Amino acid sequence: MLKQLYPALAILALLTLITGVIYPLTVTALAQVVFPEKADGSLVEVDGTAIGSSLIGQNMNNDPRYFWSRPSAVGYNPLPSGGSNLSSTSATLEEAVAQRAADFRTANQLGEGTDIPAEMVFASGSGLDPHISPEAARLQIDRVANARNLPREQVADLVEGFVESPQLGFLGQPRVNVLLLNLALDELQ
Amino acid sequence: MEALEVLQLVLYFSALIACVPLLGGYMAKVFTGERTILSVVFHPVENRIYRIAGVNPTEQQNWKTYTLALLMFNGLGFLVVFLLQLIQGTLPLNPAELPNVEPALAFNTATSFMTNTNWQSYAGETTLSYLTQMAGLAVQNFVSAATGIAVVIALIRGLTLRSGTTIGNFWVDMVRATLYILLPLALILAIILVSQGVVQNFSDPVEATTLTGETQVLPQGPAASQIAIKQLGTNGGGFFNANSAHPYENPTPLSNFLQMFSILLIPAALTATYGKMVGSARQGWVIFATMLCLLLLGLTVMLVSEYSTKPFSDSADMMEGKETRFGITNSILWGATTTAASNGSVNAMHSSFSPLTGGIAMLNIMLGEVIFGGVGAGLYGMLIFVILTVFIAGLMVGRTPEYLGKKIEAREIKMAIISVLLPSAAILLFAAVAAVTDEGLSSRANAGPHGFSEMLYAFTSAAGNNGSAFAGLNANTDFYNLLLGIAMWIGRFGVIVPALAIAGSMVSKKVTPPSPGTFPTDGPLFAGLLTAVILIVGALTFFPALALGPIVEHLLMNSGRVF
Repeated sequence: MLKQLYPALAILALLTLITGVIYPLTVTALAQVVFPEKADGSLVEVDGTAIGSSLIGQNMNNDPRYFWSRPSAVGYNPLPSGGSNLSSTSATLEEAVAQRAADFRTANQLGEGTDIPAEMVFASGSGLDPHISPEAARLQIDRVANARNLPREQVADLVEGFVESPQLGFLGQPRVNVLLLNLALDELQ
Repeated sequence: MEALEVLQLVLYFSALIACVPLLGGYMAKVFTGERTILSVVFHPVENRIYRIAGVNPTEQQNWKTYTLALLMFNGLGFLVVFLLQLIQGTLPLNPAELPNVEPALAFNTATSFMTNTNWQSYAGETTLSYLTQMAGLAVQNFVSAATGIAVVIALIRGLTLRSGTTIGNFWVDMVRATLYILLPLALILAIILVSQGVVQNFSDPVEATTLTGETQVLPQGPAASQIAIKQLGTNGGGFFNANSAHPYENPTPLSNFLQMFSILLIPAALTATYGKMVGSARQGWVIFATMLCLLLLGLTVMLVSEYSTKPFSDSADMMEGKETRFGITNSILWGATTTAASNGSVNAMHSSFSPLTGGIAMLNIMLGEVIFGGVGAGLYGMLIFVILTVFIAGLMVGRTPEYLGKKIEAREIKMAIISVLLPSAAILLFAAVAAVTDEGLSSRANAGPHGFSEMLYAFTSAAGNNGSAFAGLNANTDFYNLLLGIAMWIGRFGVIVPALAIAGSMVSKKVTPPSPGTFPTDGPLFAGLLTAVILIVGALTFFPALALGPIVEHLLMNSGRVF
């Protein structure tokens, strides 16, 4: 029994050194040299101060001047991230969905005939989803243009410029990064 | 579903099938001691490790010594992670100044990582210091996966060697699996993940002032290095609470594709390693095909269920808990692979899947984590089902069952039954305890049948060493931390020890050449029988429990009930 104790200790210590220290430090060193900006969280800075990360969504607080992000179970507070975990038989979720649909419809003056994109009534898994679908962005163009006194065409062109196609042409969904779009909006003026 | 999404599925499985023989052949070389392209780098490192540890790499161990070494190593690993958490507040690399972890939570987390379960009762970004994540959890991500590989290699030796008593050397298998297989793959994947935006640094959390003037604290840390191995080692414990739904953990569709691919890569390739080591590639492909069929069966039901569920409105797909960049197909493909393989990472919240999708996710785990399963663990679990199937087929035709020329006898069947029964019993009994006690019931987040599913899923996930969850359940209570921790120990070593015992008894058997009466185990008929045995055992054991959870929830949802 004790004959195996020393090898167990020694090999655990050595593998800890290799996989727990050398490996992460090597990855960090390589990452910081080759992709420093991404390794540090893809931060977005305006005038030298961080206003967020291009990967992490933000709460737009139903501000009419901005494109809205998705609903979030954690209010876009990353500590900690997470979803609602509510099921498709949850009364709480049913109510929330009805409320969000009504809010989105009213704010953007959409008729009953317009389908509201699913991601605008359902919260994301991370609570930090930085994207909405192109449809969800397009439905908000009129409201944002009005609130900012900008020509509709100009805002619409901006939105189209921010539509990302599936990666490499076939991976994932078409989407719009809400924070980057809103930043570009602010820069228009 | 659109054409592009079908294309993604086809591409995923094609890439997997293409890589199986490549990586599988390489791994066979590693464990039969042949030179590989990485020997130049790792052979000297390996030898130095053996010298320091006082291990003679040519010494062969019988199954009892092998098991003892394994248990000792895993026990120590558990202790290190446990203690590290208890004192992390006083240790360095803790820029967020997180306090020491409570003992029950520390027990659960240490067990969870040592057993390759990686259940998260904790939230990484608000519970664990960088040091705990790196030197504790990430190390166990490697060595728990390597333990699984070691066990299956020992079992394969038991089935094929004629050495009489010995099944290899645990220390050599452990070191080789870590250095030659897991480390290089993880290094490559980690760097690609950083290129997609996964964070890798030791900085303090960044405080940002958002567009609307709020303060948003962005957690940082050495995430990419840990995420790479968590995917490759079928670990699944996230660096962040939201796991691979978190944009810092899985930022793009490409990072998503590669992480999903990594879930199945090693478990699938091990079937080819098996084929190579038993000297018949067909034996490996039969097992691969059985696993793939079961996976595709479940995936199809999940996709159909998810696309046809439009709760609370007629138009909107169920996007609760799903990320825009992945959409439904990629969330479901991940859900199917992560539960079939005992990975347990998620890119969408399983609790918000439609009832039948969540039910299949649970069933994937309940079938014993043999549909590719955990690294190594899936294949040794599957080989136990192979032995059961050979035995049942032998009973049906009235011949002595034999596999690869060796007779299957009472001792092997006893061990096989123990390894099937122990985890199943843990799932059902513990879930029953939770369902009748206040401690169990008070943690539910959803009412109605979904609340029962939350508890059933938790124990299924723990005993199956999976780690995914219907995460509404508040599992960070003493009741769940302890009971789930015990289920993980049972689910892990209740299978490993019988598997090694089978290796020990099989290695001493004579090989008889195949006769006309031998039941062939390398064709579609055997694959069909094996599939049937797995499904029947799983269905008989778990159908009643599933009927109370996902099945009744599906029926009630269709009649418009909410809770």
